[in-house]
Amino acid sequence: MTTTTSRRVRVDALERVANNIKRFEFVPIDGQPLPFFSPGSHVIVTMREGDRIWRNPYSLMGSPYDTDRYQISVLRVEDSRGGSSFMHESVEAGAMLEISEPVNLFPVVRTGHKHILIAGGIGITPFMAMVAQFKRDNTAFELHYAVRSADEGAYLDRLRAADIPGIHIYRSDREQRIPLATIIENQRLGTHLYVCGPQRMIDWTLQTAREEGWPDENVHYEHFNAPPPGKSFLVKLAKSGREIRVGEHQSILEALEQAGVDAPYLCRGGACGQCVTAIVDAHGKILHNDHYLTDEEKCRGERIATCVSRMDGGLLTLDL
Amino acid sequence: MNTIFKDETFREDFTFSNSPQAIKRFPFPFWEDKYRYSVNIEPHVAGPKGSVYEFPFDIDEHYVSDMRDRALVLKEDPLRIQALPHMMLAQWDLLELIMTSLARDYPQHFTLKRDGDDWHWINRPLNIENRFRFGDPSTLPYEPMEYITRQCQGDFTILDQRQNNLWMDAGIATSQADWSLDFDIGMNFMEWHAPVPLAHEAGVFDRALKFLLALQFGKPVRRLNWTMTINPRLDTSPENYHKWGADRVTVTPENVGDKVHLRVELQALWRLPRSNAVLFSIRAYLIKMNELVADLDKARRFHRILQSLPPELAAYKGLTRYHEPTRDWLKKYDDGEPTPVGFLFQ
Repeated sequence: MTTTTSRRVRVDALERVANNIKRFEFVPIDGQPLPFFSPGSHVIVTMREGDRIWRNPYSLMGSPYDTDRYQISVLRVEDSRGGSSFMHESVEAGAMLEISEPVNLFPVVRTGHKHILIAGGIGITPFMAMVAQFKRDNTAFELHYAVRSADEGAYLDRLRAADIPGIHIYRSDREQRIPLATIIENQRLGTHLYVCGPQRMIDWTLQTAREEGWPDENVHYEHFNAPPPGKSFLVKLAKSGREIRVGEHQSILEALEQAGVDAPYLCRGGACGQCVTAIVDAHGKILHNDHYLTDEEKCRGERIATCVSRMDGGLLTLDL
Repeated sequence: MNTIFKDETFREDFTFSNSPQAIKRFPFPFWEDKYRYSVNIEPHVAGPKGSVYEFPFDIDEHYVSDMRDRALVLKEDPLRIQALPHMMLAQWDLLELIMTSLARDYPQHFTLKRDGDDWHWINRPLNIENRFRFGDPSTLPYEPMEYITRQCQGDFTILDQRQNNLWMDAGIATSQADWSLDFDIGMNFMEWHAPVPLAHEAGVFDRALKFLLALQFGKPVRRLNWTMTINPRLDTSPENYHKWGADRVTVTPENVGDKVHLRVELQALWRLPRSNAVLFSIRAYLIKMNELVADLDKARRFHRILQSLPPELAAYKGLTRYHEPTRDWLKKYDDGEPTPVGFLFQ
């Protein structure tokens, strides 16, 4: 059963905001305003070129109160999958795309008394929406945003112009580092910490927070795994008997969709568990890449997140 | 649906009754002749014209009297409606959802005019009209949740989503089947479901929570749940147990038809857009046994349901004292004939 519905939108504007980062503005084409969303939400953008389909999650970064348009930022990733390259090279103003309804897997904890946001590179996007909400509600927050250089950091001018004392920018080309331990060691009770950025930044933040004695309940992260490439393998569908080949640069979910199978998904980044499917039989090694299944479940090998996990070659039979 | 609002009571003289149309559309929750526990969740999409599923929020012939009963409950016990401070945005989400739905689906009764954040609401059946500023609670006579739920049938809870759980941090309950908002407020999904028998062992609540955490905006879901109530009393709350608990020993073979009611809850779950909270709406429908047996298939089937109900569940639903007399009363309508497969209401 399909769990996601799409609506068509038009690309109303786009601009380059940093090296390899473009911002896109989507407007509705049916005259209906877009839904309000909560900060931290993402949409799945469907891109089509000939027979190829990409579906990638992107955080909504505009104000949650702007229902005239949604904004996303896309970092061009140098991989062979091509979704972000397509957005950068082929999508121009006036282009039509499909987006899902917003889903929030990185919500602000509304019981929090203060919020500390740690961003690295393109990880700034969900925080742009959070900052807009915090400003409107007069909520206490700090944003600590690390970029490689002025050329590679998006929205530096916009954030500086906002003139909010809690916003701090760090440039690694100037040897500036986020003094995380200092920032979090003396926060009052009820403060929540959020991190979005590269995996090593997430790991470092979680580790530092743990060392500083922060409870896990107050530390939040968002990381969308792009489906990693790997060896090609066969997926067999137990119910229909069909066999579908998953290419080196495809996820199981993408291969199923290309073959016309209506498979469930929500985040496409290994976070939500919606696509998790029972395994009937596996010949070969299962490579779990999701954040949803527990380590114990991954060891048992009874279920797989089809959006990011794959086989190291071989044959996988799914209960589909 | 009949738009004549009945003048009736849900307490003391209990003048509540269902019109023939209301009996026909009553959401009889059993699709087979045997009791089976099931979560039975389906998309909350528009159903046939005139059915309880036609619109997201069903306004029926009992509306005006139902809202009068709610006002009486709130007057006696203000703790029936509570919202923790971080739920204000969710309260506005709720007000918007109900107002836009009612104005769209019942234009003869409700009108909503919006100019940016300046809203103008007219409720003709209850003779209410207010101009207010969306987002500014000081411009309404009550907080947004109380304002709108005094004008919409059904109980509501609003669940904050955090730490991979749902927390009952706001709600109103004046027509509930023996649960207390004042007791449950601030609890999480696992805590408030703790008393339900059998289902925990089956992992039902783990799966249901995972499902709800991923609930999407614009894709509400619903289910039917049921219990039984003696006399057509909406407010069967723990707070007022001293008023209705004893009713359960007044059932005799002679008065089953008038006193014993099947109580069905149309429960729906919605993702709220601004707050990311989950709304749980619980709309209770009552039907007396005399009204139910107007349809022989329903009479046969309900007799068979009561025959196959496990004792733990009868106890949890509070039916133990009148389970047998009701089943025996229904027996005369069960001639052993088969009933049609599937739901028996439109």
